Amino acid sequence: MSPLFFELLLNGLIIGALYGVVGMCFVLIYKASQVVNFAQGEFLLIGAWICWWLLTSWHMPFLWGFLISLAFMTLFGILVQLVVLRPLIGEPIISVIMVTIGLSIFFQALMKWMFGTFAQPFPPVFALSQVNVLGLHVQSAYLLSTAASLVIMVGFAWLFKYSRIGLAMRATAFSQQIASSLGISVRQMFALAWGISAAVSAVAGVVVGIVNGVSSALSYFGIKVFPAVILGGLDSIFGAVVGGLIIGVLENLAQFLDSQYLNWGNLYEIVPFYVLIVILMIKPYGLFGTHEIERV
Amino acid sequence: MAIATMRPCGDYRTSYRADQTIFATRLSTAWALAGLLLLCLAPWLLSGYLLSLLIQIGYLGIAALGLNILVGFSGQISVGHAVFYGFGGFSSAYLARHGVPVPLAIVLAGLWTTAVGLIFGLPATRVKGLYLAIATLAAQFILQDFFVRAEWFTGGTHGAVAPPFTLFGTDFSTDTRYFYVVLFFFTLMYLAAANLMRSRDGRALVAVRDHYLSAEMMGVNLTKYRTMAFGISSFYAGIGGALYAHYIGFMSVEGLDILFSIQFLGMIIIGGLGSVMGSLMGTAFMVALPELTGALATALEGGAIDHALHLKDGITYLREMLIGASIILFLIFEPDGLAHRWQQIKAYWKLYPFSY
Repeated sequence: MSPLFFELLLNGLIIGALYGVVGMCFVLIYKASQVVNFAQGEFLLIGAWICWWLLTSWHMPFLWGFLISLAFMTLFGILVQLVVLRPLIGEPIISVIMVTIGLSIFFQALMKWMFGTFAQPFPPVFALSQVNVLGLHVQSAYLLSTAASLVIMVGFAWLFKYSRIGLAMRATAFSQQIASSLGISVRQMFALAWGISAAVSAVAGVVVGIVNGVSSALSYFGIKVFPAVILGGLDSIFGAVVGGLIIGVLENLAQFLDSQYLNWGNLYEIVPFYVLIVILMIKPYGLFGTHEIERV
Repeated sequence: MAIATMRPCGDYRTSYRADQTIFATRLSTAWALAGLLLLCLAPWLLSGYLLSLLIQIGYLGIAALGLNILVGFSGQISVGHAVFYGFGGFSSAYLARHGVPVPLAIVLAGLWTTAVGLIFGLPATRVKGLYLAIATLAAQFILQDFFVRAEWFTGGTHGAVAPPFTLFGTDFSTDTRYFYVVLFFFTLMYLAAANLMRSRDGRALVAVRDHYLSAEMMGVNLTKYRTMAFGISSFYAGIGGALYAHYIGFMSVEGLDILFSIQFLGMIIIGGLGSVMGSLMGTAFMVALPELTGALATALEGGAIDHALHLKDGITYLREMLIGASIILFLIFEPDGLAHRWQQIKAYWKLYPFSY
């Protein structure tokens, strides 16, 4: 096996971890408020652009810019839930999906208008260098992104296992009626889920931005997240992480096969969607998702 | 007697036959015929620019109606309609380049697209709702990738030439003549859809949408009707795309992206899900929207707003934003679309001044 293979494998794991993070945010919204959010990628996009703007136009130190953009995204997520999603509670699923699609193209166009279509590099935040890991050259930015992903994943695990808010959210996801009878405000939980999801997505957006530069390509993460969460099971946070890692690795394996043997081109982009179709045909509820059983 | 043609405010129909007519009264039949006649005169009445917009509404309206049959009538969401539209265009161009007469090529393209639609509709037999939406999202990317790859079929990234429409040696490539071609297909397809909704099949589709468990208990074959809806929808998309290809004379992958699919969804949401007329209204709205933004930008040119926002550079983004915003606003404030609003206006005037 060539070093290229291992390099791509490692790359797959790093990207996969990011897919996993975005997937978790997606699943969080789905579990808490039963909304399939087609605008998840825009959360990354907006968060990264805001942070970039604070850093370049206002010359803020990274930490402050980062924290302010996180606070902004939390508010933004809550606001989107309050203004757009709340009136649609109880509407058919088609309307809810459509409204998030509408949000997605609205904000994508707005961001392109405000910040242009070209990729903008982040101001150098950390000294970037090549690090040697097990004989492979890895950019330190990638290590940073993996560390960030791990921190987020552990944070999610802690939140849902031990914190009061996380437990209340799980109760809401289990049954809204029972949760509200126990004194949990279902409305607050919905808003909170959107806020957390938007903020954590923004972290992922900033991390990708530091590595690759900020551009409208970030919103593509929101689409790539679908194969990952479907593979893992739409309502399993753990599944989202596993699915994200698998899709990330698969993508890069396809890239390896493509560049070494097949030369078909563009397999990297398209393989996840073939995987998606296959999973939907043979195991629609994914690896860890709940089976919906219906009897007529 | 003028009153006899007015509809009473209650439901006084006594037979299933009366309940199933396409046009409720003789007056509405007359109105529809008069409208059609007026459209036939359109090339003389309208300027070339407005005529080209009408043609655009025609072929997009056919494709939007197909999506409405899938989403509005059978309740399955599809976010990949643009690629089926594109597939129709490419098939028709391919067939016509290989010697098939263009009118026949358009119909055959519709059938080819139906076949492709059925393949991607297969997940519909297993999954539904949002899972299906995600499957069609995959279809969007897979077919878009296929269009770039399959150079023998689509000309790859360069695009494919579509020969002009000729019938019995007459060339129909000018706007005035092509208008009648589009009008012919348009009338046929809209009548067919209105007719479908009166038949058992159409009612079965609506039953599947409203409550699929009950529908299955009543003896409606879910698998059959779910895939059938995909087939019909792709057929409409294929015909619309083929008409587009022969109108422009060229078909390219560019523009068949997910944004275009979403635009189709926007059309039927704005027009009204589950309404044949609504598909037309929504298409007209969506075609008029960019024109109106263009006009607005020209009107504001040089002003303070233009200066602050750089409207000229941002006009494409402004259009996309307006599409997104109109989808959101319609879903929140007018979920039944323009068709519903039109019904309310009619209901208001029917009983004026004694409406209640």
